[in-house]
Order: sequence, then structure tokens, then C-alpha cells
Amino acid sequence: MITIKNVNKSFGDHQVLTDVSLEVPKSNVIALIGPSGAGKSTLIRAINALEPIDNGEVTVDGISIHNKKTDINVARTNIGFVFQSFNLFPFLTALENVTMAPMKVKGLSKEAAEKRGKELLSSLGLADKFDAFPNRLSGGQQQRVAIARALAMDPNVMLFDEPTSALDPEMVTEVLDAIRKLAKDGMTMVVVTHEMGFAKEICDEIVFMAEGKIVERAAPSKFFTNPDTQRAQDFLSKVLNH
Amino acid sequence: MYQYDWSVISRNMDVFIEGALKTLELSAISILLAIPIGIIFGLGRISKNKIIFYISSAYIEIIRGVPLLVLLIWIFYVLGQFFSLGSYWGSIVGLAIFAGAFIAEIVRSGIQGVPKGQMEAARSLGMSHTKAMTYIILPQAFRRVLPPLASQFIMLIKDSSLVSVIAATELTLNAKNLVATSFRSLEVWTFVALVYFIMTFSLSLIIRYFEKRLSRSDA
Ligand SMILES: Nc1ncnc2c1ncn2[C@@H]1O[C@H](COP(=O)(O)OP(=O)(O)OP(=O)(O)O)[C@@H](O)[C@H]1O
Ligand SMILES: [Mg+2]
Repeated sequence: MITIKNVNKSFGDHQVLTDVSLEVPKSNVIALIGPSGAGKSTLIRAINALEPIDNGEVTVDGISIHNKKTDINVARTNIGFVFQSFNLFPFLTALENVTMAPMKVKGLSKEAAEKRGKELLSSLGLADKFDAFPNRLSGGQQQRVAIARALAMDPNVMLFDEPTSALDPEMVTEVLDAIRKLAKDGMTMVVVTHEMGFAKEICDEIVFMAEGKIVERAAPSKFFTNPDTQRAQDFLSKVLNH
Repeated sequence: MYQYDWSVISRNMDVFIEGALKTLELSAISILLAIPIGIIFGLGRISKNKIIFYISSAYIEIIRGVPLLVLLIWIFYVLGQFFSLGSYWGSIVGLAIFAGAFIAEIVRSGIQGVPKGQMEAARSLGMSHTKAMTYIILPQAFRRVLPPLASQFIMLIKDSSLVSVIAATELTLNAKNLVATSFRSLEVWTFVALVYFIMTFSLSLIIRYFEKRLSRSDA
């Protein structure tokens, strides 16, 4: 579903991704973990071309994302992206946040978009928040609206860049539950996360990055008990002891 | 000791009213022209197209660096050799070009003040750059630019007094003429100052009222 081939990326003379290759089969969920500055955000943002790359190739559903001939706006409708800081549109209600892109990008009628938007918000436990503006919602509610907004485009792939890092601890669960449900429904996903318990529970594979390279890939059961690399062992001993 | 004689004001009230109305008319037409100029050059100032960027920057920097008085005289006498603008249109063009440069900066900072994540979120949903601008960025920039735009309009009312140098009829020119015939300069200029204050202050009250209403609907 997602293939990343020999991707390189530098900011100035700082090489942030070095020859990264990865493939994510349909309906798989991949956790991207690693220390700060490893290049996780840069990599996940390269999957929908929010971040340009220097060379290499990324394809999603067979479409070459960084190819000049690809209509990136069409390609992106198939790739939902959820940001750490939600990035909801503050001047629109929760429902309007969700219906804007289906109407303006896919040309859905207002009725159709609202019907779908209400379904999505309701399924994420936000049935009483259709008309609420973002600043009246808790962080967990805002992030669920952001998930509904991405899902409203009916993507085949969902990308999450630290979706719970900006949340108060008591709100982490409600957002993880939403992602868990998507996993159960067979959504293909890449999740950058520091929630190791969550990664272990729902992910098919753990991808560990450090210094712009993929250092280790393993099934969660193996990765968390007996990682092959010293780098991963060091990282785990740091994060699991805190 | 100067003997005040305020009757010059009441006897010439029609001259003041005519002048004040002309001042409002010149300022209103100028700002209406300046807003589209400001939007175009403000967008140009953040354009990725180098040529558009440099043209916009040059316009903004040059106009902001030239005193309005000089600009008006230049337009009237130099441009006036090629286009017969007359003092009425000459002053409107001058004021609009002048205010347009300041509005361009207001528009630019309004757009750049919208957090970067808003454009990214819109693009990630498949919106083109233009759609994201139209439906997500500009509506937010609009709310940010209203207060500085309103101050700009108030400044323009005051600045419009300078067009008297190119003999456009408005409050200040009427007052000058009245002083020349009545020799009551202290009374006339005091009253003129009061009239400008009344115009700008009532305008800022109106603007404050609309700002309150807008922020209330903003939840
Ligand atoms: N726009 C940018 N300009 C310059 N350098 C950047 C930019 N974005 C990221 N970097 C650098 O690239 C490296 C990788 O950043 P990235 O955000 O991908 O890391 P990360 O793994 O997501 O880290 P974190 O866990 O802190 O989010 C870092 O050293 C960062 O400073
Ligand atoms: Mg990151």
C-alpha cells in the first residue's frame, strides 16, 4: 500500500533521512518510533509530500507521490494526516471542519457532506459537538475532530504524527481508542508515537529510527523484549524506565 | 491681545460642512481603491514568483519611504503632464496609492499571522494552494486585518488634509480660504481641528461596535 524507496532528504547540509526504504502492506499498522530528531516527522510528512524529498520514491496505492506529473491534490485525498497540534480550523465549527474539504475538493453537496460528517463525528463520540467551535473543545475532542476531518475524505491510508503528544494524560486514551478502532476496521496506518504500550498492542510492526536511518524493524513482541540492535536497546531502556 | 470672534464659525457653517463632506468623500473613495491595491500587492509580497515579489516590494518600500505631501505634488505636477487628472482625481489617486502600500503590509502580516499548520492541514486534505488560501487562510486573515485596516482609514481622513496643496476642495482647503478672507485664523483652525476629531472619533466608535459584534460571533 505504501512503499518508500531509497529516500534521502537534507535540510541544508544536515542530512535528515538517509536511504530510507520501507513498505507498509494493506491493512497493516506501523509504529514509527525513535529519539527526538531521528527524522520520524520528516519521513511521515514525506509520505503525503508535505515535506519534499531530495531523491528516492514514495508510492501510495501505486501513485508516485513526489513525481512532478502526479496531481498531488488528488493523491492527498487518499492519505489522511493527523497532526500533533490538531490544526483544526478555528473559525469553523466541528462539523464545518469535517465537511469543508469533501465539499470544496470532492464537490460533495452540503447535505451529503453533513450526513457523512455527522456519522463520523458520532462514531468518534462527538455527537453533541457538531456546532462547537474548536476553542470550546478539549484537546482530546479536538484531536478526534481532526481524525474525523481526515476520514471524511475516505482515505485508504492514515498517517499520525504523535497524535497524543499534545494531550493531557487523561485524554490520551480516547484518541488511542479511535485509532485502535480504525486498525480493527483494516485501515492502513503509520503512527509516530511515544506510547509504547499502544504500539505494542495494535501495531503489526515496529520501525525504529535514529539519526535519519531505519535501524531496526521487528514485530512488537520481538522488538520490546529482545531487540537486535544496541541502539534500540539503549532507546528502550531509556523510555521504558520512565 | 487677540480678540476672539467665534461668529466666523456659525456664519460660515456651510463652508465647513461642505469641506467635511468632501473630506469624507475623498477618504472613502481612496480607501475603496486602496483596499484592492493593498490586497494585490500584499499577496504579491508573499508570492513565490520572484518578479511579482520584487515589484510588490518595490512599490511598498518606495511609497512608504516618500512623504505623502511629496507624493501628491509629484503625482499632480509630474504625472499630471501625461494624464490630466485634475486636483480631485489627482488627490484620490495619490491617497489610494499611498494607503495601498500600508494596506499591503497589513494584508501581508495578516496572512503570515495565520499559523503555518492551517495551510498544511488544508493541503493535507487535498486542497490546492488557491483553495486553501480562499477557504482557510484568507477568512482568518480577514479577521486579523480589520482593526489595523480601520486605523488606516482614520489615518487617511487626517492625511487627506494634505491634498489642499494641490487645490482639491476639502475641509482644510476651505478653511485656508476662509482664513484668507476673514483673518480669523485661530478660530477657524481650532474649529477645523474639532471637526477632524469628531469625524475620526465617531468613526472609531462605529468600528469598535462592529469589532465587538464580530468577536462575539467568533465563539
Ligand atoms: N524545516 C526544517 N529546517 C531545518 N531542519 C529541520 C526542519 N525540520 C526538521 N529539521 C531537522 O531535521 C531533523 C529531524 O527532524 P524531525 O522533526 O523529522 O525529527 P523527529 O524524529 O520527528 O523528532 P521529534 O521526536 O522531536 O518530533 C532534526 O534534526 C530537525 O532539527
Ligand atoms: Mg516529530
